[in-house]
Amino acid sequence: MSTTGIGQAVRRKEDKRFITGAGRYTDDLNRPGQTYAYFLRSPHAHAKINGIDLTEAVAAPGVVSIFTGSDVAADGLGGLICGWTVHSKDGSEMKAGAHPILAEDTVRYVGDHVAMVVAETYAEAKSAAELIAMDYEVFDAASDVGSAQLGGAPQVHAEAPNNTSFDWELGNKPETEAAFKKAAHIVKLDLTNNRLIPNAMEPRAAIADYDSGTDEYTLWTTSQNPHVARLVLSAFVGVAPEHKLRVIAPDVGGGFGSKIFIYAEETACAWASAKIKRPIKWTAERSESFLSDAHGRDHVSHAELAVAEDGTFLGLHVQTKANLGAYLSTFASSVPTYLYGTLLSGQYAFPAIYVEVDGVFTHTAPVDAYRGAGRPEATYLIERIVETAARELGYDPAELRRKNFVRSFPHQTPVIMNYDIGDYDASLDKALALIDYDGFPTRKTEAEKRGKKRGIGFSTYIEACGLAPSAAVGSLGAGVGLWESAEVQVAPTGKVEVFTGAHSHGQGHETTFAQLVCERIGVPIEDVEIIHGDTGRVQFGMGTYGSRSGSVGMSALANALDKIEAKAKKIAAHLMEADAGDIELKDGVFTVAGTDKELAWAELALGAYTAHGFPTAEIEPGLKENAFYDPLNFTFPSGCHICEVEIDPDTGVTQIANFVAVDDFGVIVNPMIVEGQVQGGIAQGIGQALFEAAHYDETGQLITGSFMDYCMPRADDLPDFNLGFTQTDCPSNPMGMKGCGEAGAIASPPAVINAVTDALGVRDIKMPATPARVWAALAAPSLAAE
Amino acid sequence: MALVSMTVNGKPVSGEVEGRTLLVQFIRENLNLTGTHVGCDTSQCGACVIHMNGKAVKACTTLALQAEGSTITTIEGLAKGDELHPVQKAFKENHGLQCGFCTPGMIMTAVDMIDRIPDLDEETVRAELEGNICRCTGYQNIVKSILDAAETTPA
Repeated sequence: MSTTGIGQAVRRKEDKRFITGAGRYTDDLNRPGQTYAYFLRSPHAHAKINGIDLTEAVAAPGVVSIFTGSDVAADGLGGLICGWTVHSKDGSEMKAGAHPILAEDTVRYVGDHVAMVVAETYAEAKSAAELIAMDYEVFDAASDVGSAQLGGAPQVHAEAPNNTSFDWELGNKPETEAAFKKAAHIVKLDLTNNRLIPNAMEPRAAIADYDSGTDEYTLWTTSQNPHVARLVLSAFVGVAPEHKLRVIAPDVGGGFGSKIFIYAEETACAWASAKIKRPIKWTAERSESFLSDAHGRDHVSHAELAVAEDGTFLGLHVQTKANLGAYLSTFASSVPTYLYGTLLSGQYAFPAIYVEVDGVFTHTAPVDAYRGAGRPEATYLIERIVETAARELGYDPAELRRKNFVRSFPHQTPVIMNYDIGDYDASLDKALALIDYDGFPTRKTEAEKRGKKRGIGFSTYIEACGLAPSAAVGSLGAGVGLWESAEVQVAPTGKVEVFTGAHSHGQGHETTFAQLVCERIGVPIEDVEIIHGDTGRVQFGMGTYGSRSGSVGMSALANALDKIEAKAKKIAAHLMEADAGDIELKDGVFTVAGTDKELAWAELALGAYTAHGFPTAEIEPGLKENAFYDPLNFTFPSGCHICEVEIDPDTGVTQIANFVAVDDFGVIVNPMIVEGQVQGGIAQGIGQALFEAAHYDETGQLITGSFMDYCMPRADDLPDFNLGFTQTDCPSNPMGMKGCGEAGAIASPPAVINAVTDALGVRDIKMPATPARVWAALAAPSLAAE
Repeated sequence: MALVSMTVNGKPVSGEVEGRTLLVQFIRENLNLTGTHVGCDTSQCGACVIHMNGKAVKACTTLALQAEGSTITTIEGLAKGDELHPVQKAFKENHGLQCGFCTPGMIMTAVDMIDRIPDLDEETVRAELEGNICRCTGYQNIVKSILDAAETTPA
């Protein structure tokens, strides 16, 4: 068995440059003659711009040029777009105002872009920005999703009355109402899914370089999907024709969704580089990241669960207000709708579900996909209400879940999804064993003796990855297809170059994609190069998000390798004077069945290019193939996470005493990397549950605008996690893979909060369950949910 | 502008800087040693950790002029030629990095930690990492890498 093939914990090829300081992130790159941009941002959440006086600023040292919204408008540039159209209950399209690259007459959130100052140095650009005299007429802001739709609330866009972009529904209302009429018990729960700031460690950055000789633009930017950025910048914003714009996403320091989107800054840099005919570089300061990266989550929900006398789930009714922020970001509308409502069936055989979601504008930063994107919100809701039902109806939380598990596949849910495969009992059983569920009462008693409150909480989750069959997402409103491409180029020496449309920003594709090549061809892993993140080198691609790179991107690679193998065997048949059907390829050697004839991979590759030994009228010279793979279904990773916490009643501090995660990701290519993905996801989920929250005050000021105010999980906040795996292979893709990137962040928050509420003996506590909230809940349990 | 001189990765260097120029800017922009990263502007994240006169410091909160005459080691100066430092090896072996952005600061912090503290245990490592933020790994494999390196590093 190959030591670098599928299933092996191959050490990462990309690590060498990162551990020696030789990584090349966008801010590490420089262009000759480059200038620096600084963006002047609105200090107000909601204001009219009565005037911008640039007189002093343009005269400041080093200033090359200053651009404002009127310059952008004068050039006829389009605004930023949202690529997914959802519809309201009455069939009307979502409503939204324009999203200008630089604000024209109104600013709508603190951090909104007002002017771009370009200067010889960054310090000069920043200093000059201080000399811009802004005349603002400041208005009240709608900063809270819960109240933004009320009469009299300040309006974000005239085009969207009552700050409502859409009131969307999914499922069957009459059937759900009928289910509630039959119910023996109805469990009700009001939940808040706290607003988060993604905080990839590398801040967003861009360098744009315009070549006036060829009219070509090159944009280096921190993107998870450079081809999509190129498409949007060319087709919708109109910065440059698509074939004259090259977008390169070099090493990217984490994304978690926040680098999917096309933002004002890189757009403005690309556009303005042609205006000044010099390269423009911009790198966000962390405080700008807090203000202007798309945020995540921010739901307020009311949920009701209908349960029969015997504990069978009869129906679920969910009403959610989802904060969209001030503008619709690139995929903002899909996150609280089709990535949320479709997952509300969880692992359970619900006969009826009805979900209503209002998409609400507020004077806050745009909200879009953040690790999990809609699925953590769905999982939090369903796993919190199921746990609550178990407690209130007197069931063991594991057993109430088990009673309602889907066991027959394929399973059609009431909310679009068709689950293809899974074994929810297996992951629950394994997790119960790993956490030693039977020993919990003893551990709780022992903790009590030490003055600690110990609690346990479950989360049996399902999610949907791959994103997804293009026709399916098209029918739901997506403006793009969600296939992936791969191109395999075998050099005459037998070295293999793979060009993938997926983009790695921490996931380790340079290793895992190479493992697939090793598995299939048998060449040494050092002979395989994975090229990604450059529209000038990779034919096309949809990028990396939605845990799609394995199940979709590697499936495309598998299909391209099929074609390579088929052609190579045809050539080998000629070179070895045998039937193509008798040729076998194993460990980098072609053999002819029943003979001792052999041809090494490198000899074949050379033969393909010399083209001396086969009829070129029949077989083209060369060895290069490509494939576009469109998934046949979403993939459905699932599993069970169980958390045990210990709470110190004197301080309100919650400690994670044990965290078990058992996941079914189908086929695993590299267990070391998959475990790393799960660990990182759980850390973000625990961050949401215990530490992180983006707070805006009533004037729309972000009061958690730095790492000193926004509590990122640190090493001493977390334990080691206990991971386990079960496996049902995905039947819909050639890899049998499901996706592992988001599961940790999706599954873990309800497990933690179920454990905290169990320990405290309260019905709910708001995330993040900070020591102050926990302490208050102990002091007055009725206030826990405040 | 003022002239500043120091020894970086064993090489004497000097350059003209403004009073406000940060050490990390001098390292990244003047010396083009871009392995030292800037992840925040409040001295919280630790992506910029380097060694100054043998101690781990955050280069984003040190003025270049404060480093006058000092001896600096950055991530680029850690390996001996092609021979990786044991901490670098341990990070690769234990999958202690994902996107790699916090990694140089983590490694420089780890080297300092291992130098200072004999018999490191998990709790100490986690406490010592207080000043370094990683968003990818959940820290588990970073802690594992540091403990592994601590065991293999001669005291």
